[in-house]
Amino acid sequence: MAKSKARDKVSTEINAGSMADIAFLLLIFFLVTTTIDVDKGIRVKLPPWSDEEPDIQRLKERNVFSVLVNAQNQLLVRGELAKLDELKDRAKEFIMNPNNRPDLAEKPTKAIISLKNDRGTNYKTYLQVYNELKAAYNELWDEECRKMYGVPYSEDLPLAMRKAIKKKIPFVLSEAEPTNYGEEQ
Amino acid sequence: MAKFKKKRGKTTPAISTASLPDIIFMLLFFFMVVTVLRDSELMVRVIVPEATELDKLEQKSLVHYMYIGRPLKKYQAVYGTSPRLQLGDKFATLEDIPLFIEKHKLTVPESQHGRITTSLRVDGDVTMGIVTDVKTKLRKSGQLLVNYSARPKVE
Repeated sequence: MAKSKARDKVSTEINAGSMADIAFLLLIFFLVTTTIDVDKGIRVKLPPWSDEEPDIQRLKERNVFSVLVNAQNQLLVRGELAKLDELKDRAKEFIMNPNNRPDLAEKPTKAIISLKNDRGTNYKTYLQVYNELKAAYNELWDEECRKMYGVPYSEDLPLAMRKAIKKKIPFVLSEAEPTNYGEEQ
Repeated sequence: MAKFKKKRGKTTPAISTASLPDIIFMLLFFFMVVTVLRDSELMVRVIVPEATELDKLEQKSLVHYMYIGRPLKKYQAVYGTSPRLQLGDKFATLEDIPLFIEKHKLTVPESQHGRITTSLRVDGDVTMGIVTDVKTKLRKSGQLLVNYSARPKVE
């Protein structure tokens, strides 16, 4: 009994003095291995694969906004040479057709953007073109959203609202099989 | 005057370090949460292009990465200089893509399969040929959600 009493007296606490050191060690490990980079990018939904060639001939010419990027990274928009920085505004005008011109899309739901590139096209150029086209739609969605709901468009909006806007201005981008020019060996 | 000085000299103003472990632990947990352990070493040179219309990739577990670019200098003797595809931590061919996707699918609960995204990290100087081939293979494999990785544009 006397013995146990003596044992009781001895404090049985674990020395927590080294806790900070242990935590520091772990902290330094995570500091070193951390890469705080959120992966960002342009989100795309590819069309499902089908063996038949899609028939673009059926579409009315006025509803198709064709963009060609060749192996020299030049742009051909609706049959004429164009520059990258005018692409967005032209696409916007084409989709909305504010002046009801007969050569632009009948209405936004019928507008189709057709993108075609060579195998030798630079990826950077391709992505810039894609970015401009997406920017055109994003701006149109934003304008529409302000008109309909009075708030700027963002991905945080309720799904129903986003769907309503995208139903009015659907993003239709068809990519044709690239032609075999300028592929490097 | 002397009286005051003496008193001050005697007391040792020790800062209590009892809360130090807590502070460190807080920092530790922060870094543990934000850490992404780099899973694969890059064997190709990838500098993604700049863009403005960017979306964030949310759930890391639903994303797999494909790298396309020219092999780094130390691999050029063996693999040449033309653009190559890298899956995981090794060079791959187009035929390896379906298996790579299936392997990733196994780690994801079935209800989430529709949300699996392929992040294409492609070097800006690569030509579209290989990118198109990869895209075609992805479509044939039924993997349709793709993210073209890009950097935000700095003005």
